[in-house]
Amino acid sequence: MTKMITLDDVTKRFGGSAEVAVRGLSMEIDEGEIVVLVGPSGCGKTTTMKMINRLIEPTSGTITVAGSDVMRHDPVQLRRTIGYVIQNVGLMPHRTIEQNIATVPRLLNWKAERIRDRVRELLDIFDLSDGLLDRYPSELSGGQRQRVGVARALAADPPVMLMDEPFGAVDPIIRARLQDQFLDIQRQLQKTVVFVTHDIDEAIQMSDRIAILNQGAKIEQMAAPEEILRTPTNDFVRNFVGAERGLRRLGLIRIADIEVEEGPVVQSDASVSEARAAMEKFDFDWTTVLEGERLLGWIDASDLEVHDSVAKTQPRPFSAHVVANDSLRQALDSIVTSRTHIAVVVSDGDKYEGILTMARISREIIS
Amino acid sequence: METFQDVTAWFSDPVNWSGPQGIPQRLMEHLQYSWVAVLLAAPVGVALGTYIGHARRFEFITVTTANLGRALPSFAILALAFPIALHYNLGFSIWPTVAALFFLAVPPILTNTYVGVKEVDADTVESARGMGMSGSQVLRRIEVPLAAPLIVTGIRTAAVQVVATATLAAVVAGGGLGRFIVDGFARQRGDMILGGAFLVAALAILTEVFFAFVERSVKPRTASQDRSRFKPPYRHAAQAGRPGGDGYVPGA
Repeated sequence: MTKMITLDDVTKRFGGSAEVAVRGLSMEIDEGEIVVLVGPSGCGKTTTMKMINRLIEPTSGTITVAGSDVMRHDPVQLRRTIGYVIQNVGLMPHRTIEQNIATVPRLLNWKAERIRDRVRELLDIFDLSDGLLDRYPSELSGGQRQRVGVARALAADPPVMLMDEPFGAVDPIIRARLQDQFLDIQRQLQKTVVFVTHDIDEAIQMSDRIAILNQGAKIEQMAAPEEILRTPTNDFVRNFVGAERGLRRLGLIRIADIEVEEGPVVQSDASVSEARAAMEKFDFDWTTVLEGERLLGWIDASDLEVHDSVAKTQPRPFSAHVVANDSLRQALDSIVTSRTHIAVVVSDGDKYEGILTMARISREIIS
Repeated sequence: METFQDVTAWFSDPVNWSGPQGIPQRLMEHLQYSWVAVLLAAPVGVALGTYIGHARRFEFITVTTANLGRALPSFAILALAFPIALHYNLGFSIWPTVAALFFLAVPPILTNTYVGVKEVDADTVESARGMGMSGSQVLRRIEVPLAAPLIVTGIRTAAVQVVATATLAAVVAGGGLGRFIVDGFARQRGDMILGGAFLVAALAILTEVFFAFVERSVKPRTASQDRSRFKPPYRHAAQAGRPGGDGYVPGA
């Protein structure tokens, strides 16, 4: 994997201030990965990010983007090749959405036709309607504005994106949607992203790797989110990621990544004794009923007392189920809210995959 | 005590409407002082105000110095400028008066421009810089267009003050509408004093109205429908409440 951004012993001291904002920071960021800088306020994470596009000039040290030293470029030209999104978006209020998105292509003197096509392509990617083209930022909802902000940063297809709390200004529901959408788009575009936030949950969700920064942008730990949650290197990291490390890790593991349990299963044409055997095998008082691979529902021991074959019973539908793409955290939620204390896993709509129990999920976290 | 009829009589006397001492001539002189002063002050005030607002440097010293112009009475400046101008043989030109009016006009223009540029949303400026706009592009494409209404407000304030104060020209043997007032006092002609005062007031109000229109015309569009003009209030309220714009039919 080639390095897209490297920081080598970078220090930033603001004039007149004894405090060092960033002290001797070194970091390497691979092409196509999302690195989230997270830490308490004033830790230097935003300063670090802004030195990459030279909105802030480092006092010493070297920063390279795509192999070349940023100090050897004209800062204005450099910034046109790096996408930039900030928390309050900063759309130009006196320009239409089309003009806002076209900002960088225009600065780069693209042909009008090419800009036109690109703006429409971006609206499409971000699921924004063409009707917004002639609107002004004040006429959009907060979520739309933030999407326009990200679209604008991507307009000239820069290989690197700097994002400073890009989804910070909207409510949690919209934020979750924007995060998912950005991750979907990122899977296609494979940009190298430096993402700043103070929200550990956002960091866990958005990152390939997290850098947890302390005062002076000191890296306390830099690793994949799963690793940070599993083995935090010190108390600072442990405190920062908070008390619910186990639950947060569950949020990162998909059901498809682990082996589900088989659970008690009978076919709909099975005999009563087969059904009893299935229940006894797992020490359950109920069993799942399938037709081929298709999930029909469940029956319990009392059903078998009044009917002489499984075929005559009326399997009851499970109140909830989870799919392979859901996280273990969602599975756990399904477990604690179900009467049977298990989560039923299905795929392709109603194909039965197995069950998950509390013990099975817990084993995943402990191992 | 002069009565309304006397002033009306003064206005209807054809003698007052012609010749080098008639109302049209005095009005033209008055406008000349005012225009020249504002036309000189506007570029200075706008340039300085834009610079300090954009660069965020020398703000305090510039604004303070400019405000000295406001603190100094125009009459004092005129009293200083007149002998100096005399020395250069310009004593009876428009320049002593214009100089006094210039110092009166710069502060409101400079201060308004500075505030207008400085108050442009910091996030808009930061993201523009972050996307690769140069300093002058930020200035020309964002800061000045967004500050334009405030800049014009500054010019409007300056122009109205200048029009009112240009009356002083008459004190140093100049022309303008102040002539009627100064001469009216000299000749103890109340109708003339009131007539002159009325003309100055009317001109100041017209100036105010004129710049109010200019101000409106430089206001940048920030909505696809212009909500500020010619809309009954219920419509205004209805639009303010509409969410996000989804499904909104323009003109519906």
